Amino acid sequence: MLSSPFVRQPASVQQVMLTVLLALLPAVALYVWQFGPGIVLNLAIASASAVAAEAAVLRLRKRPVGLYVTDLSAVVTAWLIALTFPPTLAAWVLILAVVLAIVAVKHLYGGLGQNPFNPAMAAYCLMIVAYPSAMSQWPAAGWIDLGTHLQLIGGASLDAITGATPLDALRTGLRGDAPVETILAGKAFGALGGAGWEWIGLGYLAGGAFLLWRRVITWHLPAAFLGGLVVISGVFWLADSARFASPLFHLASGGTLLAAFFIVTDPVSGATTPRGKLIFAAGIALITYMIRNFGAYPDGIAFAVLLMNLCVPLIDMKTQPPVFGHKGR
Amino acid sequence: MIAGLFTFNGGVKPDTHKNESAHAPIRPAPIPPRLFVPLRLSARATTRCIVEAGQQVRKGQPIGVPDDPLSTTVHAPTSGTVLGIELHTMAHPSGLKTRCVIIEPDGEDRWIEHPGFDAEHASREATLAWLRDCGVVGLGGATFPSHIKASAAGRIDTLILNGAECEPWITCDDRLMRERAGNILAGAQRLRRLIGASRILIGVEDNKPEAIAALTEAAAGDTAVRVQAVPALYPAGGEKQLIRVLTGIEIPAGKLGGDYGVQCFNVGTAYAVHRAIEHGEPLLSRVVTVTGNVAQPGNYEVLIGTPVDFLLELAAPKTDTQRVLMGGPMMGFALPALDVPVVKASNCLIACSPTLFPPPPPEMNCIRCGACAQACPADLQPFELYWFSRAKNFGKAQEYHLFDCIECGCCAYVCPSHIPLVDYYRFAKSEIWAREREKSAADAARDRFEFRNERQEREKREKAEKLAAKAAATKAKLAEKAAADGTEKTDAPASDDPKRALIAAALERAKQQKTQVEAKNTDALTPAQKAQIAAAEARRAAADTPPAGPDETENP
Ligand code: SF4
Ligand code: SF4
Repeated sequence: MLSSPFVRQPASVQQVMLTVLLALLPAVALYVWQFGPGIVLNLAIASASAVAAEAAVLRLRKRPVGLYVTDLSAVVTAWLIALTFPPTLAAWVLILAVVLAIVAVKHLYGGLGQNPFNPAMAAYCLMIVAYPSAMSQWPAAGWIDLGTHLQLIGGASLDAITGATPLDALRTGLRGDAPVETILAGKAFGALGGAGWEWIGLGYLAGGAFLLWRRVITWHLPAAFLGGLVVISGVFWLADSARFASPLFHLASGGTLLAAFFIVTDPVSGATTPRGKLIFAAGIALITYMIRNFGAYPDGIAFAVLLMNLCVPLIDMKTQPPVFGHKGR
Repeated sequence: MIAGLFTFNGGVKPDTHKNESAHAPIRPAPIPPRLFVPLRLSARATTRCIVEAGQQVRKGQPIGVPDDPLSTTVHAPTSGTVLGIELHTMAHPSGLKTRCVIIEPDGEDRWIEHPGFDAEHASREATLAWLRDCGVVGLGGATFPSHIKASAAGRIDTLILNGAECEPWITCDDRLMRERAGNILAGAQRLRRLIGASRILIGVEDNKPEAIAALTEAAAGDTAVRVQAVPALYPAGGEKQLIRVLTGIEIPAGKLGGDYGVQCFNVGTAYAVHRAIEHGEPLLSRVVTVTGNVAQPGNYEVLIGTPVDFLLELAAPKTDTQRVLMGGPMMGFALPALDVPVVKASNCLIACSPTLFPPPPPEMNCIRCGACAQACPADLQPFELYWFSRAKNFGKAQEYHLFDCIECGCCAYVCPSHIPLVDYYRFAKSEIWAREREKSAADAARDRFEFRNERQEREKREKAEKLAAKAAATKAKLAEKAAADGTEKTDAPASDDPKRALIAAALERAKQQKTQVEAKNTDALTPAQKAQIAAAEARRAAADTPPAGPDETENP
C-alpha cells in the first residue's frame, strides 16, 4: 500500500452480507413457528445450490473462487429466493431458480456488483412465467411437518394443504364482483393480510430495523416503497372501499415487508442517490399495486422491481445530489 | 458571543491514536550533522541561491531569495558551513530530487542580527514584505505563502484559526496550542489587523480539551476572539469544512475563503507570524510529531532541512518498521527514502509496522452500497467517479465533479470492497492534466507551425507581388512599346487571389476546430486545485501505473 489512506475501516462485503442474513433470522424463526421446519430445509438447499453454482462459474471465468464465494452474496440471493418462493414448491424448481439467478442474472453480467437486475426477482419472474401454477400454490395456514414437506418438495401435490394466495383470491374474487369483505372472510385471510404471513411480516420489519440501525440500508427505500403503497392503495380504497382492499391489507400481504427491507434495498441493482432511491422505490410500489389489482400474477413486486431496475441508470443520472460548493446553482 | 455550529455531510471517525504522542511536550530536536535545505518550496515556488560552497552562514541568514511571486525567502536554519548546492531527494511521494543547500552546522547556532520588526509603525506593505522575507508560509500542509493570503484585505471580517488537527496520530498543533497559546493568539491578532478582520474564530476538535482550555484562557477578556470546540469528525480540519462548521458559509467550488469574508490560517502559521514580527525570527523550524511504531513517540521542534532518519532515531523506531509516512494516515504519503529533509509542510512522521498498518484486504468489485457517498465530505458520488475513472471516461468524471474531490480518503476508508478509490481519482486527475498539457503543447506547436506557414505565405506573396510589379512594369513598358508598335497583347489572369482565399479559409477552419477541442472545466481551476493535481501527479509517478483494479480482465 503506497498511497493514502493507509487505514481502513474494518468493513467487508462479507460483513455486509452476513448482516443481511442475520436480519432475516427473526422472520425465518417465525416462518418455522407458523409453517413448520420445511423452510429451513429450503434455505439449506438454496444456499448449497447457490454456492455450488457460484463456485463453478467463478472457476469457469477464472476468478478467485475463494474470495468471491466467501463474500456470501450468493447465499443472500439464495435466501431471498427461498423466502419469496412458495415453501411447498418442488425442490428442483427452487434449485433451477437459484442456479439461473447466479449464472444467468449475476455472472453473465460480470458477477458481484455488475448485475443490472435483482437476481432473486429475476429468478422469480422467470419461474412464474415458466411454471405459473406451481408458483401460485401456497400453503394455507397451518403447521406442515417435515415428512409432509419432504413429500411436497419431492413433487407430490397435496391440495388440502396448498391453495391460492390471499392476493390471488382477492383479485379472482374482485373479478367475480364479490365485495371485498366476503372475500376477506375466506380461510386464506388472517387478521391483517394472509393468515400466518402477517407474523412473518413482523419478522421482516424487525430485520429491517436492524439493517437500518447497522446502516446497511438507508430509510429512503423502505419508506418510499411502503409510503407509496399506502398512498396509492389508500386512494383506491377511499374511492371505493367495497372493491379495493385497505392499505393495511397491502402492507401485510404477499412479500410487501420482505420486499421493503430486503429486496428494493438491493444496492447493486437499485438507485443510489437519495432522491433516486425515493423515486425508484415509489415506482416499484406503484407498479406493484397495479399488478396486484389488475395484472395476471399473484404478486407484482418482482416485475415491478425488474421494471424499475431498467430505469436505474436514468434515475441516478437525473438525481445527482448537489456537490459541496455547487449548491443553489 | 454564542453562535450555533454547522455541519458538513459525510466524514469518518478513524481511531485517533493521539494518546501515543499527545502527552509529550515539545522538545527541541538536536542539530543534525548535516542539513539539506531545499531551494524550491513547491512546484512553482522557486528561489535563487545566494550562497556558495565553502561560505560560512549564520542562523537566520537568507540563502535563497524569491524568484517568483509565489515564493518566500529561504534561510540557513543554523550557523555553519555551506558544503555545496546539490540535488537531493525530496520529502515528496514522487521521490524527485531538487536543489538543496547542504549545510554542515558548527554547533554554535549563532544568529545573524535580527532586531525585530516595528510593526506598529510599518506600512501594511512593509509588514507583508517582512513576512515574505521571514519565509512564513502556511504550516497546515499547503505551505501557501502567508503574505499573499494576508494581502487579501478589505473584504474580510472573520479570521479563522485552524486548530482542528483532524488527522489521526498527529499532535503537533495540539502541543503548540497547549504550550504556546498566548503566542499563537498574538500572531493571530497581527494577522487579523493585516487583513482587517473584526473577529477571530479558533476551531479546535473537541478531543483536545487542554488545547481549548489554554486558548480560552489566553483569549480571556478579548470579545473579538472565540475559541470554538468542533465535533471530532475527519476531515473537520479541511479548510472549507472548517469554514462551513464555524460560520455556515459553504465556499463555492473554485472560490477561496477570502471571496466570502473569511480567511483561514493554521495555528502553527499564526505562531510563526508572531515569531517573525515580535522577535524578527524567520521560520527556521517547526513542530513535528514522531509517532507510530516507535518506542518514544514525541513532538519535536525541528530545524528545516533535518534528515528524516535523524529525527526518527530520536523516537527509537522499532525493528519491524517497514516504512515511514509523512503526514497523517488519511492524506499523508509513504516516504520514498529516509534521508529526505523535513520541510515546512512536514507535520508528522509515522513509523509503520505490518501490525499497526496491515495491508488492505484484496480489492473486490463495487457493490454500489453507497457507503462512500455517505462518507464523502464533498458530497460527491465516489463510486460513480470510480467507474468513470476506471473506464478512462474522463469527461464524465469531470462532469461528476472529479476536481471537487479533496482526496481526503473517507470513501476508501469505508469501502467494504476495499477499493483504493483515491488512487483512481489521482490517476484520472493526472491523466486529464497530462492531456491538457499535451494539448497546450500541441497548440503551441500548431501556432508556431501556422505562424511559419503564414510567414512563408507572406514571403511568397511579397515575392510574387514584387515579381508581378516587375512583370507589370515590364509589361507596361512592352505595352508602351507594343502600342508604339501598334500590336495588343492580352494580360495573363492572376491566379494568386483565389488560392489565397482558400488558405485563409483553411486557417479559419483550423482555428475553429481548435476552440472546439478545448477541454472543459480545467480552465476554472483554482491554484489550490492545480497544486492538488500536481501532487496527485507526483503520487501517480511514484506508483507509476494506474491502479490495477480488482482482478478484472474481461470487464471494462
Ligand atoms: S463504498 Fe465501495 S463498494 Fe460501496 S459503493 Fe462505494 S465504491 Fe462501491
Ligand atoms: S477522497 Fe474525494 S471522493 Fe473520496 S470522500 Fe474525499 S472528497 Fe469524496
